[in-house]
Amino acid sequence: MEKILGLTGDEVAAEAIRQINPDVLAAYPITPQTEIVQKFSQFVADGLVSTEMVRVESEHSAMSACIGASASGARAMTATSANGLALMWEICYIAASYRLPIVMPLVNRALSGPINIHCDHSDSMGARDSGWIQLYSENCQEVYDNLIQAIRIAESEEVLLPAMVTLDGFIISHAMERVEILEDEEVKRFIGEYRNPHSLLDIDNPVTYGPLDLYDYYFEHKRQQIEAMERVGKIIEKVGKEFGEISGRSYDLMERYQLEGADLVIVAAGSTAGTVKTVVDQLREKGVKAGLLKIRAFRPFPTEEIVQVLKNVEAVAVLDRSVSFGAQGGPLFLEIRSALFEEKKRPPVVNYIYGLGGRDIGIEEIETVYKNLERIADSKKTDELVGYLGLRE
Amino acid sequence: MKEKNWKEIPLGGLILEAGNAEEYDTGSWRTYRPIRNEEKCTHCLLCWVYCPDSSIIVEEAKIKGFDYGHCKGCGICSAQCPVNAIEMVEETKFNSKKEGG
Repeated sequence: MEKILGLTGDEVAAEAIRQINPDVLAAYPITPQTEIVQKFSQFVADGLVSTEMVRVESEHSAMSACIGASASGARAMTATSANGLALMWEICYIAASYRLPIVMPLVNRALSGPINIHCDHSDSMGARDSGWIQLYSENCQEVYDNLIQAIRIAESEEVLLPAMVTLDGFIISHAMERVEILEDEEVKRFIGEYRNPHSLLDIDNPVTYGPLDLYDYYFEHKRQQIEAMERVGKIIEKVGKEFGEISGRSYDLMERYQLEGADLVIVAAGSTAGTVKTVVDQLREKGVKAGLLKIRAFRPFPTEEIVQVLKNVEAVAVLDRSVSFGAQGGPLFLEIRSALFEEKKRPPVVNYIYGLGGRDIGIEEIETVYKNLERIADSKKTDELVGYLGLRE
Repeated sequence: MKEKNWKEIPLGGLILEAGNAEEYDTGSWRTYRPIRNEEKCTHCLLCWVYCPDSSIIVEEAKIKGFDYGHCKGCGICSAQCPVNAIEMVEETKFNSKKEGG
């Protein structure tokens, strides 16, 4: 039996970690750390988990401790946000290259400076080339569901890669929502046990982690990582289906919202997808064929599936909650536009940067985007490739 | 040694075989080569104790020579030898750097 609770995104992430009951959770206990670790440390203090909690002096150390734990055969987790991820950066690459399936909720917040603590995706988008799987969440329920699935996905023998599950800072992390929570035993059964085939503690089969890997083999190891990432898509689909069997909520690489016969499509990730859905519903009532493609997996990027969905629509707008300075547009836009390039018939694709540093985005802005898409579809002309939503011009 | 392709090697750069560093030649960039004077050497084994690269070859408590495949030419053996039996000679004096290794 599921139970229904009112929890914030941070609280539900902590609840998921309690049920996962990792062997080790290493985390920096001060800001930019979030309530996720605060709530979890209460579970540790109350004896509700058997986790060895390591309070480290930086996020750099948090990820390092997770690597040591994971290499030793432990199921290791951490959590961070914004500049915490930035300080973890170097070690994130190492976790991925050692093929350690560490799972981490990441509260998406702006990178300073100027100093800002509110939501945008610049932290996770910056880490998109680190070799981590990235699952984006629209609401508190998805934070919970994604975290539990991420364990299975990351630890799959065909994958063995770390995974981050993102939740929008404040918008999800601090907003209380109705969440359905599975039974502890159900989660335990679903995730199974982590078995590192090359544990450092297996003294009968000694292994070296982290030797020097120069021009003679480094390239081959990167190729292995590419291969592993290419296998992740199928695993996400499989785990998403199996999760549906125990929870009633199935997951795919992305969510196709009103895409059946849609002409005007917005692509978005995170909480804004929820706002877009409201506008899609309103427009559909008026007879406008609006739709939403919600990105769930950004790494790996489901190119094939996205092309199938978008190639026959009239016009596409990609919403990016981060900026890649000096690039043609935001990171999501670059991926989507590039994915469609091979198609002979492809829709015009425009980009909107929005919500940086927690700037609110409302129904009105989304309506403007659909209006612009309508104009682009009618005129077959895109005046501006990249626009800014909610910016004072 | 023929280098393996990406499908043939362990994941994550792991080394699954203990002690296989010996197969990897790391002495190729040595500038000075230790040369032992057999007549002076008392086989006290202090060089064997001090060598940071385990490159002193010992058999039955006697110094037999140097593992030039792994010796970096640091000169610690020469510096600590109580009877000055080890001389550091510039590699350029030899025809092949790999000689003896």
